[in-house]
Amino acid sequence: MKKLSAILLVISMAGCLCTGTAARGADTLKDNIYDPGHLKPVDSQLKVEVGQTAPDFALPSVAGKTVRLSDFRGKKNVVLSFVPAAWTPVCSDQWPGYKIAHDLFKQHDAVLLGITVDNIPTLFAWTRQMGQLWFPVLSDFWPHGETADAYGILRSDGTSERALFFINREGVITHIHVENINLRPKLETIVEALKSF
Amino acid sequence: MIHRYLHIFLFSLILLLASVTASHSQETPKAGEKFPPVTLPAPDNPAHREYLGLPEDGGETFSLSDIRAPVIIVEIFSMYCPHCQREAPALNKFYERLERTGGLRDKVKLIGIGAGNSAYEVEHFRKTYDIPFPLFPDGDFSIHKKVGEVRTPYFFGLKKTATGTVDVFFSELGGAKDAAEVLDELLKVAGLEEK
Repeated sequence: MKKLSAILLVISMAGCLCTGTAARGADTLKDNIYDPGHLKPVDSQLKVEVGQTAPDFALPSVAGKTVRLSDFRGKKNVVLSFVPAAWTPVCSDQWPGYKIAHDLFKQHDAVLLGITVDNIPTLFAWTRQMGQLWFPVLSDFWPHGETADAYGILRSDGTSERALFFINREGVITHIHVENINLRPKLETIVEALKSF
Repeated sequence: MIHRYLHIFLFSLILLLASVTASHSQETPKAGEKFPPVTLPAPDNPAHREYLGLPEDGGETFSLSDIRAPVIIVEIFSMYCPHCQREAPALNKFYERLERTGGLRDKVKLIGIGAGNSAYEVEHFRKTYDIPFPLFPDGDFSIHKKVGEVRTPYFFGLKKTATGTVDVFFSELGGAKDAAEVLDELLKVAGLEEK
């Protein structure tokens, strides 16, 4: 009886753990995404503000180039889109949407730079799943999160905030949007901020 | 000692049942099941109101059962989903096929619901792909949660019943195969032949 009860206990507990995922069935794409659960909405303190010259950086891109913010000085407005981490749910749904928003950026003569603290191989594999992105994806992996930290959006766990910085041709920050890390910034938020250049 | 194990077992069983019940309430409705009640904002576009058979002054919202057709196809999509972007032209073609086919035009209506998409994002998606059928925002994911947080694009084939409920006869994830193929299959399951 003891043995039987113990076996039944194990089976029923395993059932509790498995039901949630088994009920939804297998899905290859979803199975590759790690869900960190609900996170502290914001976990850092901004170090820059609107009106200030944006800190310069030189970061490697997935395409194999080094991209400097100062490359765009006097030429283009710049939008920096920091996302917290590759292979997580909200981030994996954010940049693919920008594939059909290129015109909105072009209307404001702006380039978009996507940045995470992940390394290049990780970003390579992750962004390949998104299809062809029209904007460079940069790695702020080493020194770890140095650029995110310069802007004051490096979280205590080493990821970055989900944040957007709008920087005009003079290199001056015209708008900052730090989103709740658990949410995706609405497209209209970006469209409105593009008017700030 | 046996009693103690029995108590633990019963407690675990209750937990298991609670977990099954909870997951059921958010499960994706399958063929043969009821579709959860969904309220959508009435379209501003008069052509879309006419397409769905909604009265001019029919209020600000409507239910799926208000749509004047026995069969309703619902695509759960997202502006941010690469598969949905890729499949958008195929969906447009499918809509045109429904509209130009006598035996289908009045029987089948197609709508899209943008999971987690604001009205602005849905409108951006519509403009990008020149989508002719009605799209609706689900900015707070409330409908998405009711249908089991499906991945996108997801296709439901629904039939209205005499009692006013909406039954699912087709429920399938797109993306892996072409939308045209999935929708062909849906029409076949519905027993709808082109004339």
